[in-house]
Amino acid sequence: MAMLSFERKYRVRGGTLVGGDLFDFWLGPFYVGFFGVATAFFTFIGVGLILWGAAKGGTWNLWQINIAPPDLKYGLKMAPLLQGGLWQLITVCAIGAFVSWALREVEICRKLGMGYHVPAAFGMAIFAYVTLVVIRPVLLGAWGHGFPYGIYSHLDWVSNVGYQYLHFHYNPAHMLAITFFFTTTLALSLHGALILSSTNPAKGEVVKSVDHEDTFFRDLVGYSVGILGIHRVGLFLSMAAVFFSAVCIVISGPFWTRGWPEWWGWWLALPIWK
Amino acid sequence: MAQYQNLFTQVQVSAPVQTGVPLPPGHEERLIKPFMWHLMGRIGNAQIGSLYLGPLGLVSIILGTLSINIIGFNMLAQVNWSPVQFIRQLFWLALEPPPPAYGLHLPPMNQGGWWLLAGGLLTASMLLWWLRTYRRARALGLGTHVAWAFAAAIWLFLVLGFFRPVLMGSWSEAVPFGIFPHLDWTAAFSLRYGNLFYNPFHALSIAFLYGSTLIFAMHAATILAVSRFGGEREIEQIVDRGTATERAALFWRWTMGFNATMESLHRWGWWFAVLCPLVGGIGILLTGTVVDNWYLWSVKHGVAPAYPAAVPLIIDPATLGVKP
Repeated sequence: MAMLSFERKYRVRGGTLVGGDLFDFWLGPFYVGFFGVATAFFTFIGVGLILWGAAKGGTWNLWQINIAPPDLKYGLKMAPLLQGGLWQLITVCAIGAFVSWALREVEICRKLGMGYHVPAAFGMAIFAYVTLVVIRPVLLGAWGHGFPYGIYSHLDWVSNVGYQYLHFHYNPAHMLAITFFFTTTLALSLHGALILSSTNPAKGEVVKSVDHEDTFFRDLVGYSVGILGIHRVGLFLSMAAVFFSAVCIVISGPFWTRGWPEWWGWWLALPIWK
Repeated sequence: MAQYQNLFTQVQVSAPVQTGVPLPPGHEERLIKPFMWHLMGRIGNAQIGSLYLGPLGLVSIILGTLSINIIGFNMLAQVNWSPVQFIRQLFWLALEPPPPAYGLHLPPMNQGGWWLLAGGLLTASMLLWWLRTYRRARALGLGTHVAWAFAAAIWLFLVLGFFRPVLMGSWSEAVPFGIFPHLDWTAAFSLRYGNLFYNPFHALSIAFLYGSTLIFAMHAATILAVSRFGGEREIEQIVDRGTATERAALFWRWTMGFNATMESLHRWGWWFAVLCPLVGGIGILLTGTVVDNWYLWSVKHGVAPAYPAAVPLIIDPATLGVKP
């Protein structure tokens, strides 16, 4: 059995949201639960549909496999399977699998007596995905505004949609999102490095303490956010990056239809410059 | 249902300030008498200060300030020294590198000379700051992981402003200083070389950027979720595993069948964060020097499909011996 030396005492019953004890068991290292079954269900159907779409798509080149959303003429109706209907069903399966996965995380949190930060953070990622493939297409009136499922095809979509707004870097929410992504990566490198440098100190030195961690950053920049604070900062930065990513795309089209460089005209036209 | 999730510190303990681990002999006194700031204490440590300046820090800050001032005064000169217009047009203003005609020669000051000087000072400032991160770590007996992570970021900075322009034979290839101008540079760079999304190193760099965000979200959320068991005391948990680490590990094991350890998680994070600018820099360095069009490169290597020509074939004047 794939069990860690200390694992047995943690494998207790209870904590489920749905299904009582029915699915309250493990499969190898994996916890199952009702939502594990639901995740597996949606994943098998979704992946099956992707394989079907790929088989009908004319290429097995991994980079070029593409499941496209329906043509805009279908609006918000169901499309024939091979004209985007598969994309619609795969989207339903994906959302079903993601939400089930998050709820399964909630059950595991309850079992281990942990807070709900991980499913909450994952919820932000699900929200960004739903924004791309449901909220924005619905606001624009056609499923065809969703992004295609494929490696290079989704890059083409990002590129094309970006240039529809002339220059997407001028989108203020996009600016914020990128800034948060970069800042998250900076903070992660600093945090990872600080822990590693404390537990892997200079030759001949003993493992360092929290005092050394704080002193290092105080010496360097005058402030150390601290061992608890850095994780609050990290969670905030990473969730903000994803949140503003969702915002930057949902305002493009539904709320602003012209080039993003033009949007900044309001600033230049403020009356305070007189 | 509503439970305490430890997002904010609700009760702050008042205690004497931390003066910090003593520095070895030969060091200056630390600056800034430490003080408490309640609002900061809601999120992290309330204590501000102290700070070790030292000669490296002092020179680094002076050179960096000089560089920022050169950029700022160049922009101010462009709006005819009007402070109001400076603020109004700040995002549009730029200190541009020299025009292509100057190649790698020294241009006149108002033809990119100021750009070269500001870039040089900024580079010197950053390299001194790198030495500072190294020396501050060593003074406390720590490993030098922060310095090497910082080096990865400096690598990308130098590729953009120094290595690639030198390989291309012209300072004009470098990035301008300015908010919108550097975004314009990025878009133009991508279009000129056949869409940077087809550059595999760019793809890897983005994957590491998103991967870093994913890892930090997972890690930070996990630690906060087990903070009721003291999970944020990571060093202690690494050398003497407690129930916080065990629960954190089991959470991921039960969720996705795999878990990092309290120490290895930070190696995952360090590498993802470091590889983002590292492979990004490789991708930029190859663009225009080795690969002229990433889309055509991708078609050639069978990763991107060849799209039907939307416009009649146009002969590139460069192939006819016309010099740009």
